[in-house]
Amino acid sequence: MSQNTSATVKEPLWTRLTQSKYFVYILISPLIFILLGYVIYPLYKTFVQSVVKTDGTFSLSNYIEFFFSSTGSTANVEALWNSVYISVISVISCAIVGVTMAFLLERYEFPGRRILSVLVLVPMALPPLIGSLSFSFLYGESGIFPRLFQAIFHLDKVPFSLSGIWGVIIVHTFTMYTYFYLSASAAIRGLDPSLEEAATSLGAGRFRIWTKVILPMLTPAMVASSLLVFMISMASYTAPLMFGVERTMTMQIYLSRTNGNLDMAATQSTILSIVSITFLIIMKWYQNRRNYQNQSKGIGVHRTEVRNPFVKYISMILSFLGVIFLLLPILVILLISFSVDGRWTVQIIPTEYTLQHYVDLFTDTRTWAPIWNSIKMSTIAVIGNIIFGVACAYAMVRLNFKGKTLMDILIMVPWALPGTVVAVNLIAAFSTPNVFSFNQMIVGTFWILPLAYFVRQLPLVFRNAAASLMQMDSSIEEGALSLGASWWYSFRRVVLPMMMPAIFAGTLLAFIQGFGEFVASILIYNVDTMPISVAIWQKLYAFKFGTACAYGVLQILVIIIFLLISEKLNRGSNTTATM
Amino acid sequence: MKSVKLDQVSKRFGKARGVENINIHIKSGEFFTFLGPSGCGKTTTLRMIAGFYYPTEGKIFFDDRDVTLLKPNKRNIGMVFQNYALFPHMTVSENIAFGLEVRKLPKAVIKEKVERAQKLVHLDGYGSRKITELSGGQQQRVALARALVIEPDILLLDEPLSNLDAKLREETRVEIKRLQVELGITTIYVTHDQHEAMALSDRIMVMNEGKVQQIGTPQEIYNRPVNHFVASFIGETNILPAVVKEVSGESVVLEMDTGIRLIALKKNCAPGMELHSGKKVLLSIRPEIIELGEGKNSFEGEIILTEFSGVSINYLVKVGNHDVSVMIINTGSNISQRGDKITLHVPENGIYILEQEV
Repeated sequence: MSQNTSATVKEPLWTRLTQSKYFVYILISPLIFILLGYVIYPLYKTFVQSVVKTDGTFSLSNYIEFFFSSTGSTANVEALWNSVYISVISVISCAIVGVTMAFLLERYEFPGRRILSVLVLVPMALPPLIGSLSFSFLYGESGIFPRLFQAIFHLDKVPFSLSGIWGVIIVHTFTMYTYFYLSASAAIRGLDPSLEEAATSLGAGRFRIWTKVILPMLTPAMVASSLLVFMISMASYTAPLMFGVERTMTMQIYLSRTNGNLDMAATQSTILSIVSITFLIIMKWYQNRRNYQNQSKGIGVHRTEVRNPFVKYISMILSFLGVIFLLLPILVILLISFSVDGRWTVQIIPTEYTLQHYVDLFTDTRTWAPIWNSIKMSTIAVIGNIIFGVACAYAMVRLNFKGKTLMDILIMVPWALPGTVVAVNLIAAFSTPNVFSFNQMIVGTFWILPLAYFVRQLPLVFRNAAASLMQMDSSIEEGALSLGASWWYSFRRVVLPMMMPAIFAGTLLAFIQGFGEFVASILIYNVDTMPISVAIWQKLYAFKFGTACAYGVLQILVIIIFLLISEKLNRGSNTTATM
Repeated sequence: MKSVKLDQVSKRFGKARGVENINIHIKSGEFFTFLGPSGCGKTTTLRMIAGFYYPTEGKIFFDDRDVTLLKPNKRNIGMVFQNYALFPHMTVSENIAFGLEVRKLPKAVIKEKVERAQKLVHLDGYGSRKITELSGGQQQRVALARALVIEPDILLLDEPLSNLDAKLREETRVEIKRLQVELGITTIYVTHDQHEAMALSDRIMVMNEGKVQQIGTPQEIYNRPVNHFVASFIGETNILPAVVKEVSGESVVLEMDTGIRLIALKKNCAPGMELHSGKKVLLSIRPEIIELGEGKNSFEGEIILTEFSGVSINYLVKVGNHDVSVMIINTGSNISQRGDKITLHVPENGIYILEQEV
């Protein structure tokens, strides 16, 4: 016996260290360092900037100024109110469009359903700036459709045009209804038809089934999507920019910064952060409650076929119009990308066309530079996202430590924060060298952009990796250990290969986010680091619509290709992971 | 082949007690089963032997070597998991080769051993199949081959048959026993299925609520259970309260609360039990022991349920205020129906006396 105890004592220090229950905190410390340095600290610095005066004294004067301006300007309060108002209306209109589409496409069979159910996701392929831009080209004051109707009916003025708050709301609806559509159609597909049959057998009529069975079961999906759309609308920057709505929170932050009122920008950022993070926490809390999906497996959705010839005819026309409407934004960008710069003024559509912009994209060094910048910066950010995301997913799913919920929220915070706020935070944190910037100045350098992209996309790879790890039974890893593999060997040979499709899909998503990023970039780029979206914006400013749209087409192409690959991968990984 | 010894092993999860005070010595080459209902601590105990949990107290030895805190990958164990834990991104032979590659064996040796292992579990020719292309039973056998190919000192099986359908379960059970006997490997088997445990094991450890109830051969556990739990968990039995009236020589006179007097043999009582007149006890009478008609220890009852299973006729008989299960082998005679009065008797060797627990 004594011989055996002495054997235990002889365990090397390393072994004893790894068996300590506090060892896990050593393992996760790099992750905490990153979250602390690039999420918490920047938030904190912005907050400090908003409450500490230049002489170092604490003061709430900025907040008082925000709500009760001394100059009598109501710009800030109005902006806050407008942001909330736009967001609420956006949620409602997105919900109506998204859920209706989901029900039509999941529950009915009609001519044109198949093509519509693919194209319904087109808005996801539009980078934020391009989405707003295409709507302004199509329906804006000097847009194609208003001018077309003006010409047809020989009017003095355009009969209608998208502008102001309603322009913003319509662009929001177009670009964000997909969140409702995706969650509602998943929920509808998850509804077991036998539930409806059971309700019918118990004597319930159609109406009662809808109000008592179907709608309550869709509620979780609807609430989650509402919170999401609200958050994204609050963060929206490109739509107000495009339609000239200056009185929104994001625009106010941008204006305060460009006017040099940095303390007010910090105050506005802090207030917007508080709103966003509150919504994030509500969302997390809500998601942890029960949801009703997937209680039974192998459900066959039955679609009601439209038989009435009249209804069939109508639905055919509506589907056709729907397809056109969904494709128009891409088509218009494509069309204008061939137009000669500076020649499209009062005509309905451009009259002179050229291929020169596409040639320039890849041959003219000045036109190519923003593309190369975006590729470089997104790639760097994504590499960071992969390392952080995989490590974090492993820690969150497989390790046991205190503070997991907090960590989970911290990872999601950057995603809830508007890009504008992320940029303001990073500027506040890294305009002077500190430990998190490894004592370097990074504001104004190349590195601030990849850092901003990294922070904004923090949750992307993590979420995919964590989901695939959760599906992987922990006994698989134990199986490898029992066969003699070390932790590292089993991670390399078993865990990582099994996570690969999910990691890759997340990586592609993160990359296209970075490739289309505009909102944060516009605050932190410099001449040498201008990314593609900012270049588009500048070309628009210089009335070089053709070049701007050629960039846009390139972005859309990259996004569509990457989305298709990631979709395929996700499907592939699902079939193997549910073994 | 190694022996396994657990010395005063306990495992607590936070405040909740996992298992308490386990002492076992599993002999080299023995087929040893942990049996108990779910949550009894059998898997916890197995996982401590595998190294996935470390005991809160106590020590674990493989032969004379203290492995209490040894990492699982240093124990040279073969483990088959309940869900098999096969690597879905590898083929059958890649799965089987995994443990050999970890051990850095030469390629040629690995190839040869993998082929032999596949043959052993009748999967030759399946080497390049994907795991997802296999049936449940085939996956089971890959898991077994993968565990055995590394020539482990101890084979651990965690409910390996629970995901198979009834027929396959029986086939695989025979297969596991055959392999174990041929290879002579020390095997620890976890199950909640008493039939499996009885059919396979040299010895069984019955567990409940984290505590060891009884360790013994299948016969000992079935015929001489130490307490109420073991008696009713292993096989079906009728548990009836009674009072000792008289102890004389080899036999005991017992009186049930219905006034029925039964004579039993003194040796048929739980180990270490003292019998004296006036003591309250429990009787365990197996349904198949009870016979039809008059005889020694006879009593009457009324049938409340009749069930014909082919091999046997099962009656539920109301005797006083107790429901007694009776199993009669089907010999083609008449079947009594609900409401019929019936006379039964119990051979005195068929009554087993247990301590009345509080």
